Amino acid sequence: MRNLIDIRDMTVEEIDRMLDLADRIFEHPEQYRDTANHKTLATLFFEPSTRTRLSFEAAMLELGGRILGFSSAASSSATKGESVADTVAVVSGYCDIIAMRHPKEGAPVVAARHATVPVINAGDGGHNHPTQTLTDLMTIRREKGRLCDMNIGLCGDLQFGRTVHSLIAAMSRSPGIRFSLISPDELCIPDYVREILTERGCDFVEIGSMEEVMPTLDVLYMTRVQKERFFNEADYIRLKDSYILDPAKLSRAKDDLCVMHPLPRVNEISTLVDNDPRACYFKQARYGKYVRMALILTLLELVKEG
Amino acid sequence: MNIDSIQNGIVLDHISAGMCMEIYRLLRLDQLSCSVAIIKNAKSKRMGRKDIIKIDEDIDVDLNILGYIDPNITVNIIRDGKLVCKHKLDLPHELNGVIMCRNPRCITSTENSAEHCFYLADAAHKIYRCRYCDTAYGK
Repeated sequence: MRNLIDIRDMTVEEIDRMLDLADRIFEHPEQYRDTANHKTLATLFFEPSTRTRLSFEAAMLELGGRILGFSSAASSSATKGESVADTVAVVSGYCDIIAMRHPKEGAPVVAARHATVPVINAGDGGHNHPTQTLTDLMTIRREKGRLCDMNIGLCGDLQFGRTVHSLIAAMSRSPGIRFSLISPDELCIPDYVREILTERGCDFVEIGSMEEVMPTLDVLYMTRVQKERFFNEADYIRLKDSYILDPAKLSRAKDDLCVMHPLPRVNEISTLVDNDPRACYFKQARYGKYVRMALILTLLELVKEG
Repeated sequence: MNIDSIQNGIVLDHISAGMCMEIYRLLRLDQLSCSVAIIKNAKSKRMGRKDIIKIDEDIDVDLNILGYIDPNITVNIIRDGKLVCKHKLDLPHELNGVIMCRNPRCITSTENSAEHCFYLADAAHKIYRCRYCDTAYGK
């Protein structure tokens, strides 16, 4: 594996190995403290980000490596019209690995073709976000003890939520997975994701209400319903409260439900849920650093066998 | 109507009526210096009406493009006036530099050097998706 552009590029075995390594780093971070000495990560963020960029940088620093890069297109030569191809060709000479976020879908594919170092897709428009998926998989595996035989509810904006698309692509390869896709009609999953589910013979249901499936869920993955996605405000007002998780809705859920959210949260999960032991979203954000450490070590071929 | 038979070249037969100019354009046949005969709306027992293209030179034809346009087209290779080979076409798994992604959010809309690449996502419904953004062609 040279780059990570799309989670579908990774085999189930590669994902397992990555999560095993992330677990080992999580349990014994001191053993990995200097493994990326003298290596440099370039974070090329053509679009703002808080968690993803900081977790990449924290991951590299914790491995003993160095970081350079920019945090918005405004502070790069993109404002002068430089292409992605030229940018990564130049930056490849200054670093050992690149993590890139770009507002255009598929930009990391172009970057990987022109870079001479490994490229990690840190989010491309509304398309893919594979390192968030690795984070999500690590969270599910650590919290549930498995990545198979469960009912996963995905709720909110399933049309433009890139984390949702990548998670479905990854989890639909596991046996015994049922997806409950909870969204308004306007924000249902795109056709290509539905094709993936159908092609893999995956069990899924598309519904508009969270309440009716809540008692059956093992994992509930919340996303934000964004006002700007609606064509008229009346529809938004009609729908927005249906997708807010609060203690009343959670009272109907299983005791071992795992509530996840890629963050940032606005109001789709009530802060009253934060202290519920089933709320895993802050743990999930923490796991993101360890899974990115594992990814950096793997792509730089610095993995210590556990 | 009579068109001279060719000695060495290619005959594209069983083209759906009306599609020959699209094939002429995509195969860039206008750039050839040899004779190219385009026969539109020829009578066909099987198809009713069909188009035929005769190319009076043994060129490399991109079978992927033909397969994408219509996998039922017959590609006949003629040498010394005789039919020596018939190619059967399939829908290609990859299609590079033939069709363009129309998604304004796709990187190909701004990155001039990026070749438009598509993969066959659903053969039964002939759905091709952009390699960069996964948007279906024509949607």
